Amino acid sequence: MSLELKNVTKVVGVETHIYQTTIKFKPSGFNVLLGATNAGKSTLIKLLAGFEKPTSGQVIFDGNDVTGINPQKRNISLVHQFFINYPHMTVYDNIASPLRVARIAQSEIHKRVHETAELLQLEKFLERRPPELSGGQQQRTALARAIVKQSKVILLDEPLANLDYKLREELREQLPNILEQRGTVVIYATTEPTEALLLGGSTALLHEGRVVQFGPTSKIYHAPNNLIASRVFSDPPINFALVSKCGDYIQLDDLVWPITGSLNSLKDDRYIVAIRPHHITPNRMAEFCVSLKGKVQITELSGSESIAHFTLGDRSWVSQAPGIHQYSVGEEYEFFFDPEQCFYFHESGSHVIEEVADG
Amino acid sequence: MKTQNQRAWIFVLPVLLLVAFNALIPLMTVINYSVQETFGNNQFFWAGLRWFEDILRSERFHAALGRQVLFTITILLIEIPLGVIIALSMPRQGIGVSLCLVLMALPLLIPWNVVGAMWNIFTLPQIGLLGWVMNSLLGISYNMTVSPVAAWITIIVMDVWHWTSLVVLLAYAGLISIPEAYYQAARIDGASNWAVFRYIQLPKMKKVLTIAILLRFMDSFNIYTEPFVLTGGGPGNSTTLLSIDLVKVALGQFDLGPAAAMSLIYFVITLAVSWLFYTLMAKDEQ
Amino acid sequence: MARVTLDNISHSYHANPSRDADYVLKNINLSWIDGGAYALLGPSGCGKSTLLNIVSGLLIPTKGQVRFDENDVTRFPPEQRNIAQVFQFPVIYDTLTVFDNLAFPLRNLGLPENSILKRVTEIATMLELESDLSRRSASLAADKKQKISMGRGLVREDVNIIMFDEPLTVIDPELKWKLRSKLKELHQEIKVTMVYVTHDQTEALTFADQVVVMQDGEVIQVGKPEDLFERPLHTFVGHFIGSPGMNILPCDVKDNIALFFGYKLQLEGPILKSTGHCEIGIRPEFIRFGTEGIPAIVQRASDIGQHTLVQTVVNNITVNVIIKGPPPDPGAEVQLCFDPAKTRLYIDRRIATERLQ
Repeated sequence: MSLELKNVTKVVGVETHIYQTTIKFKPSGFNVLLGATNAGKSTLIKLLAGFEKPTSGQVIFDGNDVTGINPQKRNISLVHQFFINYPHMTVYDNIASPLRVARIAQSEIHKRVHETAELLQLEKFLERRPPELSGGQQQRTALARAIVKQSKVILLDEPLANLDYKLREELREQLPNILEQRGTVVIYATTEPTEALLLGGSTALLHEGRVVQFGPTSKIYHAPNNLIASRVFSDPPINFALVSKCGDYIQLDDLVWPITGSLNSLKDDRYIVAIRPHHITPNRMAEFCVSLKGKVQITELSGSESIAHFTLGDRSWVSQAPGIHQYSVGEEYEFFFDPEQCFYFHESGSHVIEEVADG
Repeated sequence: MKTQNQRAWIFVLPVLLLVAFNALIPLMTVINYSVQETFGNNQFFWAGLRWFEDILRSERFHAALGRQVLFTITILLIEIPLGVIIALSMPRQGIGVSLCLVLMALPLLIPWNVVGAMWNIFTLPQIGLLGWVMNSLLGISYNMTVSPVAAWITIIVMDVWHWTSLVVLLAYAGLISIPEAYYQAARIDGASNWAVFRYIQLPKMKKVLTIAILLRFMDSFNIYTEPFVLTGGGPGNSTTLLSIDLVKVALGQFDLGPAAAMSLIYFVITLAVSWLFYTLMAKDEQ
Repeated sequence: MARVTLDNISHSYHANPSRDADYVLKNINLSWIDGGAYALLGPSGCGKSTLLNIVSGLLIPTKGQVRFDENDVTRFPPEQRNIAQVFQFPVIYDTLTVFDNLAFPLRNLGLPENSILKRVTEIATMLELESDLSRRSASLAADKKQKISMGRGLVREDVNIIMFDEPLTVIDPELKWKLRSKLKELHQEIKVTMVYVTHDQTEALTFADQVVVMQDGEVIQVGKPEDLFERPLHTFVGHFIGSPGMNILPCDVKDNIALFFGYKLQLEGPILKSTGHCEIGIRPEFIRFGTEGIPAIVQRASDIGQHTLVQTVVNNITVNVIIKGPPPDPGAEVQLCFDPAKTRLYIDRRIATERLQ
């Protein structure tokens, strides 16, 4: 099964929801759509599902243009953010409903419902009705209904957003095992960068109606090819600052550090440096580090990590370091970053080293 | 996409036909009559816009229109606030809810001519409960077949009795859709009951109230059955509202041309006022 | 401003509670000092929102007392308690401007317009809402609406306590970070007691000085974020805090030695008791791959940016490990080394080892 969008745009009234987009989704593993609310994730999902028709361009399933075809005829499944089940039917009937519509034999339905229920740990609840279940169980029922169809494409639109943190963690851990070996294309929309990393697979970063980067999840996390991509795929928000390159050195206000490796060929100009918060730490993580002496404004502890918001001159920085560090607010501390871990972008936002977009 | 569209048309077709039979064809006939004169025997003569000119200049039409506007404004001014007040005082949970809802729905279930007949008997001076209480028990002279004021009060009270529940039900639907957090936040913010109404309940009810006002406007502007059964437009012409006048012209005098022109004028007024009102409310929304 | 004391609070939604199970809150005793930042953390249905409503006066508890300083306010309605509350979904007065929304609680108090103007401008500046003051609040994005909700809580100078009921639920991650930091900053500026209710451990731990972990209507542990993470007193706290949570592994205790599938484990200190259901608790952060440890098979490894999360299996039991550096291949054989100082024994879910100083 292959799934692609060819030169698709979506314009509603005067607003462009999707700018011209061409993307070929990976046939196996997760295809994560990552972006803020209104970045265009839901619109892409609706276009793929067939609830909306692109203003121009084509939606292609397995080489066939399905642009004008009804959702019912596309062989897809969709799971929403809200737990959508038939409230008056039992869990069994809910899971069986897509199969009954497809007029599949009773014995086959029985077999497939039980298989799916087992996979999603719902066997105990088959005779209950959705309102009697917890949020996690309701969403698992919705997932079961999507899976039991054995459709070619499964679309998940922020499926975990309305669940408790711990339930989300649990289900997120199970999802790849449940979905990966089914030979279906999985499209998964989320607003959370961490979720994308945990799910793995491939990720498309969306920003204001554009796919800014698409590729293997961990690869694009470690090598964003433009400034926007580095911002979209960062949690907590990435630090960035305007720097200038002068000969062999990079200068940021009073700080100077030597340039490394492949950057030698860059011409002297102004650039944007972006540093992830976990690369700014209160102890040296590499042999050569740039030191930032900053006044701590806010400190947060997230269990295994300490986060400090500090200011240096009139710039604000965020550091996120493993372990527990006790900072006093208002005091000055020394932080370090390894220049090797920085990303450099042109002022226009593109990466200094032009990379071939993957995918 | 093409096949999909064509199939959609097939589904819409029955409704289209129904609307055509119900509305479009009668409307065309009315338009046809409105520009013609007839003396019976199926003889029709071209009259142009003469009927429209005549009607718009006639005092009889002005008087009927005036009475109609007065009636509609009065019942809107009573029913909308009263409906909101009743909705606000209804319980939000418990068994009281269904009881109230059923009580509220009762007047709406009674056929219109029955409503008129009921009130007619109710107000008879000698045997009607209300008429007897007013005249014999309280000594207030009350006879709507004689006194225009009594007739007006009666049709207004009757309309309020009949239709306020519609406003109540709509307003109540708007009220129960307000999340509990809003009330909690308001209590914590120290808001008075008036502030809760003004800043939470009223804004959240606005959409349903718009619908309620529109429905009540259109219905009351078209009102015929109840006042016809109750007063027949009298005493004199004092309760002859537009549609009663229209029927008098059309059936009483068999002046099809003027009656058709009247109903078109009437239709345009309803349409224009509804549209104006809706646009104003929708504009305010942005 | 006041110290808030919850004294033996129990609450039931039943009219005549008879069984323990009828109660959604069971004997809650908490004390919050003036100006502190607290969090109530627990899964849905643990009773945290009920507790919050008891503090704000939206609910009267079945048993127990709520005191602000020495005053018993148990039966006071919210408007008499001088408190503020921010809800899960932004509650704003749609028809009013941002300014009028912020001024709303002050106008209800009947303050003079000039002092309202001063206070509202001050709070709007802190929340970075100055430029939106004259806009109709209905037209704003969710995060700004939620800022207005917060602003309405902060604007009153006389509040005893501000409560937040999962206030960041509808906010995108990036803005979540910003709003959370903003809240922290505001707490530093306006020293008022804040209580933050959430199911999200990151929000609870980053916001609060003291976190109250709740489960099934009971307080399981109260502590500083680092203590809850480092040394949970109950397996539920270990599981609930941390992402992923603590590995809770089956074990046997024989002759005061803990055994995990026959492998001897060194613990943080001596075992305090020996009867009951025994489990080992160790966080993924405190396990590393070594050469002399418990053999395990790698099942799945995900690069989550700053570190790698590895799921390994020992005799069908999953053990999560967090490592730095490149992920091992699935199927690889590794040896797990537990940091003895961070390995703890739990008996009947409660901690049963003593920490050596």
